[in-house]
Amino acid sequence: MTAIPVVDEPENPLVRAPLVEGKNDFTSVTNIIAGVAERKTPRGWYLMFGISVALLLNLGAMIGYLVFNGVGVWGNNVPVAWAWPIVNFVFWIGIGHAGTLISAVLFLFRQKWRTSINRASEAMTIFAVMAAGIFPAIHVGRIWVIYWVFPLPNQMAMWPNFKSPLLWDVFAVSTYFTISALFWFVGLVPDLATFRDRAAKAGRTIAARAYGVFAFGWTGSNRHWINYEKAYMILAGLSTPLVLSVHSIVSFDFAVSLVPGWHTTIFPPYFVAGAIFSGFGMVLTLMIPARQWLGLHELITLNHLDNIAKILLLTGTMVGYAYGMEFFIAWYSGVEYEQFAFINRAIGPYAWAYWIMIGCNVISPQFFWIRSLRRSPMVLFVISIFVNIGMWFERFVITISTLNRDFLPSSWGYYSPTLIDILTYAGSFGLFFTMFLLFCRFLPILAISEVKGVMPEANPHHGHGHDDHHAHAQHAHAHAHH
Amino acid sequence: MANTNKWGVVAEFDSAAAIYTAAEKTTAQGYTHVDAYTPFPVHGLDRALRQGPSHLGWIVVCCGITGICLAQLMMYWMNAVDYPIWVSGKEPYAWPSTIPITFELMVLLSGLGAVFGMFGLNKLPRLHHPIFQHATFWRATDDRFFLAVEAKDPKFDSAQTTRFLESIGGKNVAIVED
Repeated sequence: MTAIPVVDEPENPLVRAPLVEGKNDFTSVTNIIAGVAERKTPRGWYLMFGISVALLLNLGAMIGYLVFNGVGVWGNNVPVAWAWPIVNFVFWIGIGHAGTLISAVLFLFRQKWRTSINRASEAMTIFAVMAAGIFPAIHVGRIWVIYWVFPLPNQMAMWPNFKSPLLWDVFAVSTYFTISALFWFVGLVPDLATFRDRAAKAGRTIAARAYGVFAFGWTGSNRHWINYEKAYMILAGLSTPLVLSVHSIVSFDFAVSLVPGWHTTIFPPYFVAGAIFSGFGMVLTLMIPARQWLGLHELITLNHLDNIAKILLLTGTMVGYAYGMEFFIAWYSGVEYEQFAFINRAIGPYAWAYWIMIGCNVISPQFFWIRSLRRSPMVLFVISIFVNIGMWFERFVITISTLNRDFLPSSWGYYSPTLIDILTYAGSFGLFFTMFLLFCRFLPILAISEVKGVMPEANPHHGHGHDDHHAHAQHAHAHAHH
Repeated sequence: MANTNKWGVVAEFDSAAAIYTAAEKTTAQGYTHVDAYTPFPVHGLDRALRQGPSHLGWIVVCCGITGICLAQLMMYWMNAVDYPIWVSGKEPYAWPSTIPITFELMVLLSGLGAVFGMFGLNKLPRLHHPIFQHATFWRATDDRFFLAVEAKDPKFDSAQTTRFLESIGGKNVAIVED
C-alpha cells in the first residue's frame, strides 16, 4: 500500500475548503473511483470476504437450526420475551438511518461534502436493513406463515390488525428498504454507464454487458438529466420524513406499550437521534479503512471526516440529554414504577450494560470537541467502534433491563443469551460485510457524477475569469433572449 | 435534403463552460432539436438549450394521492367492513391509528412513481442508441461534453450543420447514422 501524503492545512474560515483535494480533474476522478473496481482484486479482500462468507454461512446454519427447533434455542423467556432479536433489529435498522440522512437530508440542506460518502453510506443502509429484517422475520417462530403480517388472504380468513405498531413497522421497514434501494439505484445509473463505457473501451465485453444492462442505456442527455435531477430531489424529499417515520415507528413498538421505562413520549426523537449517531459511527468504521486501503484520500478528505465527527458529537450529546431527561421525567412523574425502572437500569443487575452504554455513547464522543482528534483517522476509527458497541448496548438496556424486573417480583429473572443467540448475531455481520465487500469490489464506491458536479470546473462560468460581474451579465443577457 | 438514414451531427467539447457557450450559440442559430450529453448535470444548461422543466412532479403527486387513498380504503375495508376487529379499546376504524401506514404507502407509491416515472419520461431502459456509434462518445460519461443536432431538426443540413458545429469550437464533429 502506498502512503499518500495528505496536507492538513490550517483552515481559513473565510474560504470554503475544497471538496476534492490534490490536482484532480474530471478524468482523474473517474480513474480513481473506477480504478478501485478495475484493478486486480487485492489479497486482503479475499481474506475479508472469506471471513464474511464464513459468518454468512453460519447465519444460514443458525436460522436453519432455529426453524427446525423453534425459538426455544434462544435465551428469550418470560419475563424477557423480547431479547436479542429485537435488540439486533433496532441496532441494524438504526445504522441504516445515517445512509439516508447523508443521501437525503444533507442533499436538501445543500451540504455538498456529502458527495464523497453518500454512495457507500446508502449501500450501508441497504445492507443494514437486510440484516435488520432477518430478526423480526425469524423470531415470529413459525416463519412459514410470516405472510400473515401482510394484508393477504390467508387460511384464517382474517386481516392483519392495523392498530398494532408492530404492523406499522412492517410497512415502515419494507417501504424504507424499497425506497432506499431505488434511491441508491437511481444514483448508480450514471456511474454504471461510466463503468460500462470504460469496460467497453478496454475490451472487457462481459463486464461492459453486465454494467450496460443495469445502466439502462444511460447517455447523459441533458433532457434525461432534467428528469433525473427532479427524481433525485423528490426522492430526497420523500426519504427525509420517511427516515424520521421509520425510527419513530420502531420506537412505537416500545412506547405504545404500557411497560414502565418504555411508555414515554421522548422515544421517537430519542430513537432518531440515536439512529443517526449509530449510523455515522458505522460510516466511519467502514470508510476509514476503505479510504486508506483504496487510496481515496483526495476524495474523502480530513474535512469530511471532521464533519462526521461533529455530527457524532452533536447526536451523541443529544442521546446523552435523552438519557438524562428519561431519569428526570421518571422522578418528576411521581410514578414509582417508572422510577424503579430507571433506577434498576443504573444500579440493578444490568448496571454493567448501562454504564457501558453511557461510557460509549455519551462520554466517548466528547473527545470530538478537540479539533486534532476529529482529524485523526486512528482516533476516529477507535471512537467509531465505541459508538457501535454503545448503541448496541443502548438497545440491550432498553429491552432487557426493562423487562427483567416485571411488576411481580415473583417473575423477576436474569436474562442470558445462548450460544445460538451470539452466533446468529455474529452471522448478521457476515451478511452485512459480504454485501459491503461485494459492493466495494464491483460497484462505484463513490458517486462519480456527483463528485464531478461539485468541482469548481463543473460550473459553466468557470474559466470566464474571476470577474463574477461579467459572468452574471452574460447570463442575464442569455435570459433576455427568451 | 433527405436525411432518412442520418440521426444527427455530434460534436465534442472539453469543458462545462465550452458546452454551455456552444449550446447557447446553437439554439441562437435557430436549431431546435439540440441536446447535450454530459458526465454530470451542468447547471443552467437546460436554459441554454431552451429545454423546459420536468413534468415528473405531476406523476409523483398522482402516485402519492393514490397511495393515501389505497391505504385508507384497505384499512377501512379490512378492519371495519370485511372482518371488524374490536381491539385496544378503539373502534374498528380509528383514524389516528391509520396515519403511520397511510404515510408509508404515500411515500412508497410516490417513490416508485418518481423512479419509474423518471425512467419512463426518459424512455429508458434503451440499451442501444445511435449516438453510441460516435467514436469518442464513450467519454461522455468520463470527462467530455457532447452536443448533438438531430436530423429531425427542420434546419438540419449535414454539411452545413457540421461546419457550424466546427465553427463554434466542436471537435471530432461527425455525422451519426440512425
